[in-house]
Amino acid sequence: MTITPSSLPSAGGVAGPTDGPGGPGAAGISDVGAATSSWREFWRRYRKNKMAVVALVLLIVLIILAVFADQIAPYRFDERPLTKTTAPSWDHLFGTDQIGRDIFSRVIYGARISLRIGILATVISVVIGVVAGAVSGFFGGWVDTIISRFVDVFLSIPYIVLAVSIAAVMGRSENTVIIVLGFTGWLAIQRVVRSSFLQLKELEFVEAATALGYGRWRIMFRHILPNALQPVIVYSAIAVGSAILAEAALSFLGAGPVDPTPAWGLMVFTAKGRLKPAPYELFFPAVAIVITVLAFLLIGDGLRDALDPKMKNRS
Amino acid sequence: MTAYIIRRLFQIVLTVFLALSFLFVLYFALPGDPATLLAGGDGRVPNPTTIRQVTDRYGFDDPMPVQLFHYWERTLQGDLGQSYQSGRGVTDILKETAPRSIRLSIWAIIIEIVVGISVGLISAVRRYSLVDRITTIVTAVASAVPVFVLAFVLQYVFAVIPEKQGWPDLFQFKTSGRGDDSWVLFFIPTGNTWRYLVLPAVTLASVTTALAARMMRGSMLEVLGADFMRTAKAKGLRDREVVVKHGLRNAMLPVVTLIGLDFGTSIGAAVLTETAFSWGGLGFYIADSVGRRDLPVLLGLTTVVVLAYAGINLLVDISYAWFDPRVRLGQGSAK
Repeated sequence: MTITPSSLPSAGGVAGPTDGPGGPGAAGISDVGAATSSWREFWRRYRKNKMAVVALVLLIVLIILAVFADQIAPYRFDERPLTKTTAPSWDHLFGTDQIGRDIFSRVIYGARISLRIGILATVISVVIGVVAGAVSGFFGGWVDTIISRFVDVFLSIPYIVLAVSIAAVMGRSENTVIIVLGFTGWLAIQRVVRSSFLQLKELEFVEAATALGYGRWRIMFRHILPNALQPVIVYSAIAVGSAILAEAALSFLGAGPVDPTPAWGLMVFTAKGRLKPAPYELFFPAVAIVITVLAFLLIGDGLRDALDPKMKNRS
Repeated sequence: MTAYIIRRLFQIVLTVFLALSFLFVLYFALPGDPATLLAGGDGRVPNPTTIRQVTDRYGFDDPMPVQLFHYWERTLQGDLGQSYQSGRGVTDILKETAPRSIRLSIWAIIIEIVVGISVGLISAVRRYSLVDRITTIVTAVASAVPVFVLAFVLQYVFAVIPEKQGWPDLFQFKTSGRGDDSWVLFFIPTGNTWRYLVLPAVTLASVTTALAARMMRGSMLEVLGADFMRTAKAKGLRDREVVVKHGLRNAMLPVVTLIGLDFGTSIGAAVLTETAFSWGGLGFYIADSVGRRDLPVLLGLTTVVVLAYAGINLLVDISYAWFDPRVRLGQGSAK
């Protein structure tokens, strides 16, 4: 359910044949003048993956639902048009939950929560992960030792134990979930970025930039980083999906958001005791989770195909 | 090699030390007083004198660093303490729960190896066929379903419905618990235990199996395009021989690594599965102890999970060097 570091492309975990990102020739050193055509080229490759295109359309629909939830949903997420659970009908497309709230409306509002959790958590982990990984890989030495040991320590604690423990200390809320997932998610990214930097900093273009007298931070972020970003971009797409799954897991363990927040994971969890009389209560939010996570996974696949020409023939 | 192993072992000890210290300190920030938990237990309101006695005996009033120091002192002497909640020794709980978790993990790994590798292999050899397309969809969906949703669905479809409809005996599974809980050779279920084992094992295996299948497919496709495969075909070997002897062996390596690591992770990752099926293993008790703020149980069980993970990680790295002589341990960037 979570993305373990071992499932990442060239995570530094195991000494393996490195299928290194941004090795000579891969991804290409971006040429600013050709920006428009490289976007077109990117889109041309992305389009080839039909599933990824479908997933992108799905994502756009989800974003529209999330942004315009107030206009689209027939009821507010905490409004109780009825007093008890009813099966799906024309008045309540997905039925109502135990205390009579419209499930259809709650699922639509849930898109807002899930996307917010997924995207914000991923932004936090990418920012921290990229900076930590870049510093670690570029400078090496004791800075690298400290950062990498730190990452090792936190990766050694089972992810779910760490997340639930931090959530227990911070108190249950949507923001807690975002922070917990953000601060556990960057660990894996640090490893990937670090190993990219270790390879890239030895290449000639870095030497050239140094000879031109550019500062170290400029070289790190303007020259090396664009070449190291490809696996991070792919990972980020998948990570948004994993964060949405993790919200569900945290809710299940009693560490997620609290009612009346219409988080999908929480809705599924609350419905599980009534699977027999009211399966629709569990079904619709569960399907929403699966579709959303799947969309992000497939977009990740599409991005990989589009960004890495080497991988084209593999999947 | 020996030097490398010793260095890694030293690192493991240090990592575990820091990880557990972090959790220890984290739980200091938690609301709720351990003394009240210990003195009261199960919702009873303890009297102040008892709380005082307990606080003094366990040193709950000491500053945090002192308590941390005492915790390590006890732990290194092999004393993991006792549950704040039930008063049971953590070592006892460990002896009882660890085998359950390991059994469940073994079966999940067996499923992962058998299903993951064969499905990935077929899908690579018959690329773009119907089987391949179905596999791609199923593996993607499997990684997108929350573990506990899968658990509920399996419980409903394979336990609740069969019981209601009176399906044949063979298809009757159970939703939770361990039944007779009797085993031969440590991990082979006897009596009615298998009815309880199947669903949690499948649930635990689902995500990792999907990953293994995807990885096997990718790895096999890469190998199938390699020059030595063409050579093997040119030598006139039969297709089956080419695929199995030349292809499979080379494609297995990354997958074996993944599966090895999965075994380490699954012992800890089983938190959700074990909770959904009330399996009563390490994961189940870890989740339970977080909810109850039962620090000794949480730390004791987590220690074992962390050590198991680190140990298996090390074994995987060593075996990697064993299988592939090109890999030199202890050099380069890894770890």
